[in-house]
Amino acid sequence: MVAFWILAPIMVVAALGILFARKAVHAALLLAIVMISLAVLYAVQDAPFLFAVQIIVYTGAILMLFLFVLMLVGVDASDSIVETIKGQRVMATVVGLLFGVIVVFGVGQVSLGVVQGLSVANKDGNVPGLAQLLFSRYVFAFESTSALLITAAIGAMVLAHRERLTPKPTQADVAAQRMRDYAEHGTHLGPLPSPGVFARHNAVDTPALLPDGTPSDISVSRTLQSRGTVRTAPSTDVERLTRGPERPDDLSDLDGKDES
Amino acid sequence: MSASPFLVLSAILFTIGCIGVLTRRNAIVVFMCVELMLNASNLALVTFSRVNGNLDGQVAAFFVMVVAAAEVVVGLAIIMTIFRTRRSASVDDASLLKY
Repeated sequence: MVAFWILAPIMVVAALGILFARKAVHAALLLAIVMISLAVLYAVQDAPFLFAVQIIVYTGAILMLFLFVLMLVGVDASDSIVETIKGQRVMATVVGLLFGVIVVFGVGQVSLGVVQGLSVANKDGNVPGLAQLLFSRYVFAFESTSALLITAAIGAMVLAHRERLTPKPTQADVAAQRMRDYAEHGTHLGPLPSPGVFARHNAVDTPALLPDGTPSDISVSRTLQSRGTVRTAPSTDVERLTRGPERPDDLSDLDGKDES
Repeated sequence: MSASPFLVLSAILFTIGCIGVLTRRNAIVVFMCVELMLNASNLALVTFSRVNGNLDGQVAAFFVMVVAAAEVVVGLAIIMTIFRTRRSASVDDASLLKY
């Protein structure tokens, strides 16, 4: 019971955090806290098999799947605040709280009788006991779940698969496209400038400085730009660089070696 | 060790998941709240298994986990497909059937 009174407040706070977390990644991590705590509660309640399954399947597989999809969809995709139905959020909260009060008090009113405990049922161990049930009384349901899992796997493959409608561009096609872009729009032919290397930091979040000292936008990843984590080159460096070649000794410390 | 606190906790978690499904707009967070509700019901099942002194409740919780895993796989694939065509994971944007 000690474990319960320690974990229950943590779980409720983490679950409330899912409601109020601005970013979906934070919600996923809070859900991980709830699920691991639940696993401990299963262990407390004489269900060691479900403890292991909860950790492996829920926190291991399902949450990782959530995190993968979050990475694909984009971490910065946050909730829209616009209400499409007027007052829906408030109504939903009120009705939800009402439901919660009814359920909690309903459960509180019920007398459950004597708790029998699982010491008899777990006599040969929890896993053999569960296997005994799964392969005798619930064998048909157990077989159906295998069909369900195969259907789900095929369904996910069908949904995630995209037919290639156009042939894959070869290296020659890419080169020809570049030349065409250059002829029509004047796009630079060569590769994009690499980030940070010519500035102070040798890091991908620092834009490269152009010869006139201005930072180059195309040298850093668009993802970093949309997240707003691009570092700006220190204005003093830009100033020093744009001042011109009359004081070359000032520039010598930028690339780290003395050329005089 | 009495069973009522576990059931009350399960009810609270279920309610929080319910409110989350109704109020959040990001499809992935809505999905996480559905998972929270499933987990809450699992806790109730395991608790009732202990109250009744047999393992049927734990078997039921195990089946819920299997179904939840299948559901998450298909659901996230659908969310990915919607995101690929609409560039958005908001549940309000997929409203084409309305018109």
